[in-house]
Amino acid sequence: MIAALLALIASLLVLGLAAIAARRSPLATKLVYGGALALTLALLALAAVMLASLGQGAREAALPLGLPWLGAHFRLDALAAFFLVVIDLAAAAASLYAIGYGAHEPEPQRVLPFFPVFLAAMNLVVLAADAYSFLFAWELMSLASWALVLAQHREAENVAAGTLYLLMASFGTLALLLGFGFLAGAGGDYSFAAMAARRPAPWVGALVLALALLGAGSKAGLVPLHVWLPRAHPAAPSHVSALMSGAMTKVAVYAFIRIVFQLAGPPAWWWGLVVLALGGVSVVLGVLQALMETDIKRLLAYSTIENIGLIFASLGLALAFRADAMGAAAALAMTAALFHAFNHMLFKSTLFFGAGAVLTATGARELDRLGGLIHRMRSLAVPMLGACLAIAALPPFNGFASEWLTFQAILLSPDLPQWGLKLAVPATGTLLALGAALAAACFVRFYGLAFLGRPRSPAASAAVETDRASLAAIWGLAALCLLAGLFPGAVIDAIAPAVQASVAARMPLQTGLPWLTIIPVAASRSSYNGILIFLFITASALTVAAAVHRFASRAARRYRAWDCGFGDVGIGAQYSAASFAQPIRRAFGTAIFRASDVVEMPPPGSTAPARIRHSRIDPVWDGLYAPLVGFVWRLADRLNFLQFLSIRRFMSFVFLALVFLLLVLAVWH
Amino acid sequence: MALIRAIAIQGLEMLLVLALAPLLTGYVRKLKARLQRRAGPPLLQPYRDLRRLLGKEVVLADNASWLFRSAPYLIFATTWVAAALVPTFGAGLMFSWSGDLIVITALLGSARFFLALAGLDAGTSFGGIGASREVMIASLGEPALIMIVFTLALVAGSSQLSHVALFMLSAAAGLRVSLALALFALVIVALAENSRIPVDNPATHLELTMVHEAMVLEYSGRHLAMIELAGFVQLLLYVSLIACVFAPFLLAPVQAGAAAYALGIAAYVAKLAVAGALLAAFETATAKMRVFRLPNLLGAALMLGLLATLLLFVSRTL
Repeated sequence: MIAALLALIASLLVLGLAAIAARRSPLATKLVYGGALALTLALLALAAVMLASLGQGAREAALPLGLPWLGAHFRLDALAAFFLVVIDLAAAAASLYAIGYGAHEPEPQRVLPFFPVFLAAMNLVVLAADAYSFLFAWELMSLASWALVLAQHREAENVAAGTLYLLMASFGTLALLLGFGFLAGAGGDYSFAAMAARRPAPWVGALVLALALLGAGSKAGLVPLHVWLPRAHPAAPSHVSALMSGAMTKVAVYAFIRIVFQLAGPPAWWWGLVVLALGGVSVVLGVLQALMETDIKRLLAYSTIENIGLIFASLGLALAFRADAMGAAAALAMTAALFHAFNHMLFKSTLFFGAGAVLTATGARELDRLGGLIHRMRSLAVPMLGACLAIAALPPFNGFASEWLTFQAILLSPDLPQWGLKLAVPATGTLLALGAALAAACFVRFYGLAFLGRPRSPAASAAVETDRASLAAIWGLAALCLLAGLFPGAVIDAIAPAVQASVAARMPLQTGLPWLTIIPVAASRSSYNGILIFLFITASALTVAAAVHRFASRAARRYRAWDCGFGDVGIGAQYSAASFAQPIRRAFGTAIFRASDVVEMPPPGSTAPARIRHSRIDPVWDGLYAPLVGFVWRLADRLNFLQFLSIRRFMSFVFLALVFLLLVLAVWH
Repeated sequence: MALIRAIAIQGLEMLLVLALAPLLTGYVRKLKARLQRRAGPPLLQPYRDLRRLLGKEVVLADNASWLFRSAPYLIFATTWVAAALVPTFGAGLMFSWSGDLIVITALLGSARFFLALAGLDAGTSFGGIGASREVMIASLGEPALIMIVFTLALVAGSSQLSHVALFMLSAAAGLRVSLALALFALVIVALAENSRIPVDNPATHLELTMVHEAMVLEYSGRHLAMIELAGFVQLLLYVSLIACVFAPFLLAPVQAGAAAYALGIAAYVAKLAVAGALLAAFETATAKMRVFRLPNLLGAALMLGLLATLLLFVSRTL
């Protein structure tokens, strides 16, 4: 089975090479994306079968590649199978979408070779079972996505984003490398099985947690390591943005789970606290920045930070429960995290696909140049509304189901004995609740400004429907959002083996419960039934609408908008992206972002226009990165003289370095 | 037989909610008018308004989409389903297990989501002003409500509202600091979510501080009737929620007899009357707040909710 998976991944790599050869062919786009679609569908089917059948077993394979004394180890357990499903579902949808969307690519040769390699690398990371293959696949994933970010390299903004991404990705890999080094210890056996068997000392475990947070957290976009994400994700072509936000961040989540839950030894209670706090902060900072953003793709990228924060908050809860040997609660929190990872892949991919369709139809990414698309892109507007409802965590969609599980996990945490957790969990709960409400506000703004209202630019009023392949991908994922929300019990049971593989406990079986209800904790008797809620809403809405039309009135007339009798004062009088966010910017942004509005009133008699200007800072960039960049520049200036030394001095440096390293070795043994 | 009875009670409860909701609003309006020494509209005026609106032709803005036309029914349906999950006169609701308090919060959130979208649909400035302020208020009100839900769930050991109500009826509930804080926060949230003074003025039109009325400005005829009715039901829902958690007296238990249900209905109507009178008196005595002072008020509700939850994390008996 694992051989078949590896063969499919190898075919993806070959497809990447073939794309270089066929780059001039007019059919290259269709062939590459069609091939990627077929291969990822096969991978998806295999992974789904393995997730269902593997239980707590695992399949292993070793190839004579990589380091000579190590070889390349691959292992497929339930956790890996679950993440393969997430990755390959997103990948298949992105390939299908790109069959249509790729036709609009100005320079396809800059995308086609890297796309299948990117897909293969993400799959390989999840399958890798030794540090060398893992890091190799991880770097391949980073580099392939970096090349895709630079697909439109003529825009200076994209180049800057690519550079920042490359820096952060190398930093993350470095952190992971160090982490694996600590885990392998002086013995130097880099296979995961040996690491897990070693049970590292507590201080090593803590160090590995910190390094995993740096390495996986920077790839996932955890605050404060997120700065590259809202620049790099939107710079790539939209189907790649969808993959980076929907799938690559999940690979990072996988890496974090694999390292911290399985390799780093038994967790201390405060591990959960750290992860929980970082997750909570990411949720609120991410969604607030999404709310103030006016570029649709960057808005979606900021919202990814929020959702990653939510996943990490659940992971923090799972760590805390596990440290205190509360197996059932840990399983609930882990299920919430994995369920949300799956959900976020579904709706974020849908939204990025939709943003790409809007971009090709109008050429605009700014909310202030969109509007009224519900009339012109009718078959795009429906699934996008569904995805917005899902990401805003509203029932009966899937985002609500996973958020509900997280809240149920929070309700179990008063039993945690440590005071630090007792205080931190309710505080994080507040942040998550705040994040959910702000996400709803954010997606009212996104959908309301892009799809509703009147077109704010000529391009938006001339928009036409997008192609069939793109629509098929968007509709398919949006339908899955609804289905996963209607039958959360089935998803929970499907995830259960992966949960058991990571926290050694599972939630009670859900699909046997009457009426497909989910009851996560038998003792609390709290239950949720997505399908019934959906049926109730549809039935009452349809009944009432039918009754009103039958017995009251059904007459309707079109007329100019009433607008309190002001008459038509023009399209510019509509609310804009900045004005819609203004109340929230004022309520939340003044403290965190030092947001301020300055009104310039011309003196009486002057015909100059009055202007309002708003400014805000990015606290993480200005507080952390800007000083760091300044320091590096100053240091570089100071060390500049080292470039102009004589050959003797260079030789003596090399000699001194050698002596130093030998001394270190001597002290070590 | 038991099934038929359960369905009958659930249906009766849903119809009662629908029938009483306009009356509660009319009653509050009448009381407010009397407190201000006005005659006020008749008690049954909301029913007449609804009937008249339902019979009228709908005038749609030129730019209104299908979302604008379907939103009123969705808003009404989500609010009504949420109300059907709240025990009013009896605890043994047949479908109470299909959603807990978090689901009720989220259903009200869905209604608000559609309402705000509908406000933006016609492409007018008033719709935008209402929608943007509504989401600002909700961005603090909804987390406050979630924290209140956490408090109740931790006290009662379940986030299922019928279990919470039965727990509150039992002797184990007692007097708790956390519940007092939660009640205070819940009242603030209820005032905000129902667009009452001091957050919004339900009686006004054409005022730059308005929120709810600005969003529904473009609605007319049967659509407006559905939105008004949803508003009435939402007010009733919050009153029922506060009543069933903090004053669950005479709530008919599961599998109760006809007499208990009759008593439950009488008690429920009495609770509505008291709550309506308190609301009218409060609204008469208070002035509306500036929009940008609202975050302070709602932030206070959020902090009270957090404090109540924290107390329960410290000790389950507080």
